[in-house]
Amino acid sequence: MNDLKLPAIDYAALAPMLILFGVACLGVLVEAAVPRARRGLVQVPLGLLGLVAALVFVIAEAGTRKRTAGEAIAIDGPALFLQGAIIVLGVVALLLIAERSLEPGGPFVAQPARPVGSEADRSQAAGEGGATEAYPLVMFALAGMLLFVAANDLLTMFVALEVFSLPLYLLCALARRRRLLSQEAALKYFLLGAYASAFFLFGIALIYGYAGAITFSRIHQAVTAGTGSGVLLFAGLALLAIGLLFKAAAAPFHVWTPDVYQGAPTPITSLMAACTKTAAFGALLRVLYVGFPGATWDFRPIIGVIAILTMLVGAVLAVTQTDMKRLLAYSSIANAGYLLVGVLAMTPEGVSSTLFYLVAYGFTVIAAFAVVTLVRDADGEATHLSRWAGLGRRSPLFAGVFTFLLLAFAGIPLTSGFTSKFAVFGAAFGGGQVWLVVAGVVTSMLLAFPYLRVVVMMWLSEPGESTPSVSVPGAFTSAALVIGVLVTLLLGVLPGPLLDLTTRAGDFVR
Amino acid sequence: MTLTPEWYLLLAAALFTIGAVGVLIRRNAIVLFMCVELMLNAANLALVTFSRINGTLDGQIIAFFVMVVAAAEVVVGLAIIMSIFRTRRSASVDDSNLLKY
Repeated sequence: MNDLKLPAIDYAALAPMLILFGVACLGVLVEAAVPRARRGLVQVPLGLLGLVAALVFVIAEAGTRKRTAGEAIAIDGPALFLQGAIIVLGVVALLLIAERSLEPGGPFVAQPARPVGSEADRSQAAGEGGATEAYPLVMFALAGMLLFVAANDLLTMFVALEVFSLPLYLLCALARRRRLLSQEAALKYFLLGAYASAFFLFGIALIYGYAGAITFSRIHQAVTAGTGSGVLLFAGLALLAIGLLFKAAAAPFHVWTPDVYQGAPTPITSLMAACTKTAAFGALLRVLYVGFPGATWDFRPIIGVIAILTMLVGAVLAVTQTDMKRLLAYSSIANAGYLLVGVLAMTPEGVSSTLFYLVAYGFTVIAAFAVVTLVRDADGEATHLSRWAGLGRRSPLFAGVFTFLLLAFAGIPLTSGFTSKFAVFGAAFGGGQVWLVVAGVVTSMLLAFPYLRVVVMMWLSEPGESTPSVSVPGAFTSAALVIGVLVTLLLGVLPGPLLDLTTRAGDFVR
Repeated sequence: MTLTPEWYLLLAAALFTIGAVGVLIRRNAIVLFMCVELMLNAANLALVTFSRINGTLDGQIIAFFVMVVAAAEVVVGLAIIMSIFRTRRSASVDDSNLLKY
């Protein structure tokens, strides 16, 4: 019998993922071994340390361009940049998740299994310590995202997709307040997410049938050679795209987004809006730029139409929203459209501008959701728009910060929103996609309206009886808020260093 | 009539379609979930058939991974459906209608 030939594995390159998976497993053990009252004290430093260690390894690998673990994983510029971005955004989101001072016990319910409205549930609502299971789940999700953006074959990509999705489904169901909404959000996210990943999987089967292999380099060879059945190729690519565009929240696969963003605990919403979006677009970039550049002329019109539809749906429906979290959800859908514009440039500038946009948007959106966690009344967060009227009089500082963030979303100069939109539109223009740029500029003007409506409402209305107070944030939320706002400002005023970094990181290994 | 691999691909496509349509028209969360599992298994059948056609083992290996992933999905999915059922005494997705527009 022949000896088994094992593939060479570069452990240093895999270290960020291994560390995070290890930390997640350790977190599970902590849940089992440490007394309930002290778990949070162990889990938060453990998670933060793990993320910092992973970031150190990502930075140490800078400049690496290789495939490892039998071509299953590619460590190259975009993969490392996206991993770094996911880790940093993950740290900021973890700060929000760890906040305990805003309400007794924190944003998570103590025992999610207790039926809503039962005797036991009413007693835990009063302030029993929150479920610390959230931390290992977050670490699993982040580790899955790191793997997702580095996956170099479709199987690894599918497994990573599930590894980061399954914890997120559970995290959505853990809200302390409004538990029915939270559970409903989890159910919707789960059913639609499983549906989308089934499409993704059937797409893998068809592409495997077409190319005879699942690594992106072999798929690229098969597409360039043009042998094989066109039906398999196009049906397979379409199904793959459905799976990825679902995660990216592009229309018409966006319907879950507002419901899930509204129902999930707000810190988890910020994690999904920043990190999941980054991971989804990272994978989409790799699939389109490494696996299927040979089919650009075939997929670009279709995904271009999806991009325009996404921007329109996001911008138009954001206008009609009456809930702050839903408004931010539709804004996130519209931003998925702008990101698609960058992706469809199909040039190196397209990659680097998309990477830049992901980081800029991630920080802004986390800061925006951090403000949402602060505006509360006796029943928890007051997310209805009418409740925000007059907030500028009540607490000018936070209304000012939120105004700044909304202006960044609207793409006003001197904020990161302007530079990032400018970058993706410039890349698309350079790639000859003028129609996408025109649609993007028109919809950004549309989209400015709902943001400005909120700004006007906050500053020009009189505060009423029901205007909630803005809670004084704890150290964690303050840190997340300050980081988010500073990065939003910095990338607007001084985008040069990050633009350089994305330009250097924009080269995929095939 | 000989049974060529193409027939298995047609069967896989048919099963996948049944699952996909089932998710859209059925109302019970458990049935929806079974439809999704049907889609995953249809993909497995297609993978194994392509593995046979291509003469490589990749497809069969993927099928094993998919089974494990499907099992993990069952754990998470049933947990979520159960927690909703305990409160509402119903697994119908039409009853979960608090979040809209």
